Amino acid sequence: MSFIEKIIPLQLDILKEIGNIGAGHAATALSAILNRKIDMIVPNVRVVSFDEMMEMAGGAEQVVASIFLRIVGDASGSMFFILSLPVAEYFIQQMTGDETFSIDSTPYTDLALSCLQELGNILSGSYLTSLSDFTQLNLYPSVPSLSIDMVGATISYGLLELSQVSDTAIVIDTVLEKDQLFAESIDGHFFLLPDPESFDIIFSSLGVTTND
Amino acid sequence: MTELLQVKVVKVGIADMNIVKPPYSIRTSGLGSCVGVVIYDEKKEIAGLAHVMLPDSSLAKSGHINVAKFADTAVKELVQRLVKEGARLIFLKAKMAGGAQIFQFASRGDFMRIGPRNVEAVRKELADLHIHVVAEDVGGNSGRTIEFNSKDCMLNIRTVNKGTKNI
Repeated sequence: MSFIEKIIPLQLDILKEIGNIGAGHAATALSAILNRKIDMIVPNVRVVSFDEMMEMAGGAEQVVASIFLRIVGDASGSMFFILSLPVAEYFIQQMTGDETFSIDSTPYTDLALSCLQELGNILSGSYLTSLSDFTQLNLYPSVPSLSIDMVGATISYGLLELSQVSDTAIVIDTVLEKDQLFAESIDGHFFLLPDPESFDIIFSSLGVTTND
Repeated sequence: MTELLQVKVVKVGIADMNIVKPPYSIRTSGLGSCVGVVIYDEKKEIAGLAHVMLPDSSLAKSGHINVAKFADTAVKELVQRLVKEGARLIFLKAKMAGGAQIFQFASRGDFMRIGPRNVEAVRKELADLHIHVVAEDVGGNSGRTIEFNSKDCMLNIRTVNKGTKNI
């Protein structure tokens, strides 16, 4: 039986706390960059099928801006920061000071892309640093990679490690919201997908014995 | 009235497969490094689609294998199911799409080349079964959504920012 079916509520709570701390720090960083209040919804930890995971990010065919990075070090995993296109557009406008930037006009300028990539870098960096402090594990991010494409096409990369072991994923999902600026309720998603063998490492670093 | 004209669509998720006959068409969304392989018997009007995620079932680290997930097992299983439903092995043809490289990474990890590896694996498996690949749209760095019409055997491919095409 795989670790996913054996997971107990206490462990899910711990993962939720990881999402809370990590995304909390990231939200603070984002708030500082944009000079705006950013709200965060209490994270969700769910055991989902791959198709359900696509649905969480808006559906396999939905086009989104996603920043993907691999976590390496004592524990490994994948992390996504996913933005809907209007929000990505807004962030680029705010960061470059160019109000005329439109996400609909392709190809994108290098500055716009680099801007989003840097945003992803800062946010995932603060997420990981806090996670690293919390668990006392050495965790390093790879250079983040940006893609503006269908959810299905991007998220499947984060599922490759998992897919060798299982058909379900444990996903730590935190939603960031900016107050009242957008009609859409979902503005940004943090997805943390630890690799299968990393769960034991994370839990034991926090003094939680894993069930055998 | 319009209902009669509408083509009904069967959706295939990631690491999944299915088979259709007219008036159904079959579709899978958001192919990135994954490969969508369609195998069909034109005269018998029967088609199957698999959304393959990984090249080889030897990558599986747990006992239970989802056959639709791996190129080698998915192609074999799909052909078996098609034949069971009345398709003739020697008349089977294939079309495929996907296997893109969405993220450009500096690291050379094996998984960063997963798209091309998936394509190679599907091609090899089809060749082993002597199934001719009639058309393909693989590689590149964009995601694709594909839909195969079991009546006219056209594969419609939609790519973000690059519109649609039929192969």
